[in-house]
Amino acid sequence: MPKVTIVDYGIGNLLSVARAFQYCEAEVEFADSPDAIIRADRLVLPGVGAFSDGMSGLDKKGLSDHIKEYSQTGRPFLGICLGMQMMLDVSYEFGKHQGLGIIPGKVVPIPSCGIEGRTHKIPFIGWNELLIPDCVTDWEGTIFSGIGLRSSVYFVHSFEAIPEYERNRLAVYDYNGQVISAAIRSGNLYGCQFHPEKSGPVGLKIIRNFINL
Amino acid sequence: MKNIRLIARLDVKGPNLVKGVQLEGLRKMGDPNLFARKYYEQGIDEIIYIDIVASLYERNNLLDIVKKATKDVFIPITVGGGIRSVDDVREALRSGADKVAVNTAAIKRPELVREISQMYGSQCMVLAIEAKKVAGGKWEAYYDNGREKTGIDVVEWAKKGSDMGAGEILLTSVDMEGSGKGYDCDLVNSVSTSVPIPVIASGGMGEISHLEKVIREGYADAVAMAHVLHYGKMTVMDIRNEVMAKGFNVRKYDNAKGYNS
Repeated sequence: MPKVTIVDYGIGNLLSVARAFQYCEAEVEFADSPDAIIRADRLVLPGVGAFSDGMSGLDKKGLSDHIKEYSQTGRPFLGICLGMQMMLDVSYEFGKHQGLGIIPGKVVPIPSCGIEGRTHKIPFIGWNELLIPDCVTDWEGTIFSGIGLRSSVYFVHSFEAIPEYERNRLAVYDYNGQVISAAIRSGNLYGCQFHPEKSGPVGLKIIRNFINL
Repeated sequence: MKNIRLIARLDVKGPNLVKGVQLEGLRKMGDPNLFARKYYEQGIDEIIYIDIVASLYERNNLLDIVKKATKDVFIPITVGGGIRSVDDVREALRSGADKVAVNTAAIKRPELVREISQMYGSQCMVLAIEAKKVAGGKWEAYYDNGREKTGIDVVEWAKKGSDMGAGEILLTSVDMEGSGKGYDCDLVNSVSTSVPIPVIASGGMGEISHLEKVIREGYADAVAMAHVLHYGKMTVMDIRNEVMAKGFNVRKYDNAKGYNS
């Protein structure tokens, strides 16, 4: 059975992430030590809440450096929601905070209005359709393999991830004309702004693809 | 245009799903997770469990129900009823809830809203408001399932809750709840246009035109439904298709395979 290691740093809803991977027939292990992270076959970094709390949760357990080290092994990595945002260099959520820096980029507030200038609700909570950014030809061979364009997945966030290089954007969604990163990628390093574990059969398919990378 | 979320609301007492009229006159309907699973498979967007008794014992019971649900229901789950402290929130999240809905404890001590949103993020802090009409354009917040009055104005309370970090408002009309006669659109409009956070309209859903009205006139961001689903008057598919046909955006969901490919 394929093994998945989920980083446990004291925040977030680990149970639902674990349940989704178990449903997809993976063996799940929680890791809160550097050792368990380095040994992982596939590493998942979940997270909800504020960026600085997430990073200090990782730092308190001394895990940041080891996650960075793992990210250089070429083995599969999946950051979910805050876990995805922490993959970037820096966040401007309530001040300026350093991230893990495993994909170049920054985290900034979602613009509070659409392109026509009308204000919209923040946090963005709900389902939205996955779109392919211009610089990506298709999703074959990625965690979105076999996922139809415009499939809906579940988001909940107030801040958005902006990779420094467009080529690191794997999927985007449209919030009243604002183009927002739905997923980022560099090789086997993936980050999803949405919650695959809460996105019904589409999310489960993405999780299966990740397990089979 | 925004996507409207379709939410199933499961009021739970002990081991049973219950349904009443104006939050009273309860009827037992069976294992809540059988209903949750069915709605999930039909493509509901979220599920809200509310423990309507909310004693300590009952809450643990509800958390066991939620734990079981997370084995085969992979959409967002909100748990409400009896959440009194940050510790209660932690327990709920550990049991598989993604959000908590807080009413009574927030009215008694509004600081709790801030504490929860600071600790777990505003995305998980849903302020539940039970509103009863007192005059044209005026509603009073109630608690204990619409039994206890507070003297607090609903719109003012919603603004304060939002300022204190609530990420969403679950707005139940005590007057319309269980009536099947439609949402209180004025109420939903008054709150939705006063706060920058999403508002879930709850109470009164009986037919599709009610959804249309509360989205168009009430500016609801999401709609909660109970008895139309529980009594099998409509399926989630029917509702989704009809809402789409009226020109609203909803989650794209293929009932045959669950995803597009």
